[in-house]
Amino acid sequence: MSALHIKKGSTRHSAYNLRPTFSDVQEKHTLAVLVENEPGVLARVIGLFSGRGYNIESLTVAEVDHTGHLSRITVVTTGTPQVIEQIKAQLGRIVSVHEVHDLTVEGASVERELAIFKVVGEGDKRVEALRLADIFRANVVDSTLNSFIFEITGAPEKIDAFADLMRPLGLAEVARTGVAALLRGV
Amino acid sequence: MRNGRCRQLEQKQMTREMTGAKMVIQALKDQGVDTVFGYPGGAVLPIYDEIFLQNDIRHILVRHEQGAVHAAEGYARSTGKPGVVLVTSGPGATNAVTGLTDALLDSIPLVVLTGQVPTFMIGSDAFQEADTVGITRPCTKHNWLVKDTNQLSAILHEGFHVATSGRPGPVLIDIPKDVQFATGTYEPAKPNASHYQPIVKGDMEEITELVAAIEAAERPVFYTGGGVINSGPAASQLLRELVDATGIPITSTLMGLGAYPASGENWLGMLGMHGLYEANLAMHDCDLMINIGARFDDRITGRIDAFSPNSKKAHIDIDPSSINKVIKADIPIVGDVAHVLEDILKVWKARGRKVNREAIAKWQEQVSAWRRVNCLAYTGSEKTIKPQYALQRLEALTKDHDRYITTEVGQHQMWAAQYLNFEDPNRWMTSGGLGTMGYGFPASIGVQMAHPDALVVNVAGEASWLMNMQEMGTAAQYRLPVKQFILNNERLGMVRQWQELLHGERYSQSWSEALPDFVKLAEAFGAKGILCSDPADLDDAIMEMINYDGPVIFDCLVEKHENCFPMIPSGKAHNEMLMGEADTQGVIQAGGAVLV
Repeated sequence: MSALHIKKGSTRHSAYNLRPTFSDVQEKHTLAVLVENEPGVLARVIGLFSGRGYNIESLTVAEVDHTGHLSRITVVTTGTPQVIEQIKAQLGRIVSVHEVHDLTVEGASVERELAIFKVVGEGDKRVEALRLADIFRANVVDSTLNSFIFEITGAPEKIDAFADLMRPLGLAEVARTGVAALLRGV
Repeated sequence: MRNGRCRQLEQKQMTREMTGAKMVIQALKDQGVDTVFGYPGGAVLPIYDEIFLQNDIRHILVRHEQGAVHAAEGYARSTGKPGVVLVTSGPGATNAVTGLTDALLDSIPLVVLTGQVPTFMIGSDAFQEADTVGITRPCTKHNWLVKDTNQLSAILHEGFHVATSGRPGPVLIDIPKDVQFATGTYEPAKPNASHYQPIVKGDMEEITELVAAIEAAERPVFYTGGGVINSGPAASQLLRELVDATGIPITSTLMGLGAYPASGENWLGMLGMHGLYEANLAMHDCDLMINIGARFDDRITGRIDAFSPNSKKAHIDIDPSSINKVIKADIPIVGDVAHVLEDILKVWKARGRKVNREAIAKWQEQVSAWRRVNCLAYTGSEKTIKPQYALQRLEALTKDHDRYITTEVGQHQMWAAQYLNFEDPNRWMTSGGLGTMGYGFPASIGVQMAHPDALVVNVAGEASWLMNMQEMGTAAQYRLPVKQFILNNERLGMVRQWQELLHGERYSQSWSEALPDFVKLAEAFGAKGILCSDPADLDDAIMEMINYDGPVIFDCLVEKHENCFPMIPSGKAHNEMLMGEADTQGVIQAGGAVLV
């Protein structure tokens, strides 16, 4: 045994086992990233998340300013406060990124998501699904004799709640857009 | 009359129709490029045609695309200008990936131009097609696929802007062959055309807070990195002024050597895993750490939770993502080193040039006591050349020359950092972040191209050197007098050292079998080979190497089992250094040997 006090054959001592002692509380943040609308820009953002091991809970992207060639990417991510700060800093150094906003800390924000649900069922279940859809202000956008497609818009929690209710009533398929968000006020 | 015509001609050259291939050359000229490192192939033939038709830009033909990128890195780091690379599609681009990653981690400005299959064939698995922008997205600062000749000149100029602005880095511009052939409008570079304009001035409130901390500090230390060198010569000058005026001890990372002169009285030497005792202990015991352009790399910090436990930490960096990434900064300053140092000096002077003289004198005494430990001492030998001795002699015999040093990666690299002294920035080129074996030889070629009359020495290990030995052809072709100083221990020395210390002396695959006869190898390329195995012959042999006008391979047979000390073992703190063989063999208890 050497003076390092490492047993021969031990592999537990790695140079990379150096995690700092930052807070380990996981937080959920919604980031709005304004990017140059150019080929590969989404890959840059996603590649950053996968390459550095960050989480993506949801992601939406679309052009928002045609003349200015700008797209808005809304990312919902989770991590410790230090990781969230890193994500913002790392996003900020991507050359195609114009602005990074943390909507979770910059003030009250509005978050909306659109989802469509296919619910298959007959009889009472079908009636109950329609009744609940009315309570949630979901619209029927397609119907057959034994199925509905509901369209619902709202905060992700509302959509989760609606999905939970539809599950025993014959929920067959779900498509969700992911979160779009804006800060309130000016 | 003639002047008028010239001006008209110039005007014409500024905005005019030309092929994409010609635009590449025109943009390089407009950006002040004099040297391009490259290798031709099918998808860049139109650009090579244009290179053939002009004499303003030298093209250096390497023997492998990786060599081209490292050579451009050597050129960039020794001049402060961006290095330029031109390679073909597919394998040409993929061979450049290691160099790109190396440049990204060490923040070296490069503009890499790659050929691509014609736009109408992209996605068809064409011959020598690769998704170059996809492959290089994570290993460049930014990259572009040019789909229209009319966009080419703007992208080329933007490429130089991005590579050299803010935290420098490599960019790649992928140019399909039809875009090179087609004609479009060439636009000269426009200032402020890019939305990418990183902040260079630091926040004055934070700077004032740092100055106040400097005034009060009892045990301050400067911890500087490659950012000082990247910021340009002014940054090094300002750093010297600040350090000498305050008397605060200064250490540097591997990347930052030369920013403050090794002969300076406040110099502590390099810090980190193989850093000097006095540097690491100063970091551990300081009450104010001023990080200037360094990034708290794991080779520097050792165990994070034991890293400099009692200090206030200021961090100056142009890249906001470096701050609080690893170590929490108490005084974060985002900005360019030269700009921030200028403001620090201004504020410090305006507030009356105050420092806690008494406490700092005591701190300097403590530092002197640590210096007296003489951590770089080693057991000499009259029979075999100790690698440390070889470097001490190299230092003694070359220090008065106009000298540039490159290195490969491993023990020799750390010994070079410990035993060679650097008085100026841009004189030391080594692969720090990525640790790329095979970096040093092509880098030495790039350095020599930029400084034809200088003495350029690549301190190498035999295993690293073999990784890009094909560049002997390049050195021979351009008659570049690069000196390959190979410390040959017939081992992968650093791997061997770790296996000895951490893997129960199981030397798995860490020796160099079937080595070439380096003297004959040199001769086969028309270069000079020198073999030296006796310490008594070393000085004469080194002088012979220096005095030979041409490339030299110096095969220096050194002690095979020498370990590199001091060493902070992985996962240990700065004050848990191993100082020599005795520590590792348990003759002295670790606790006793490591003085705190």
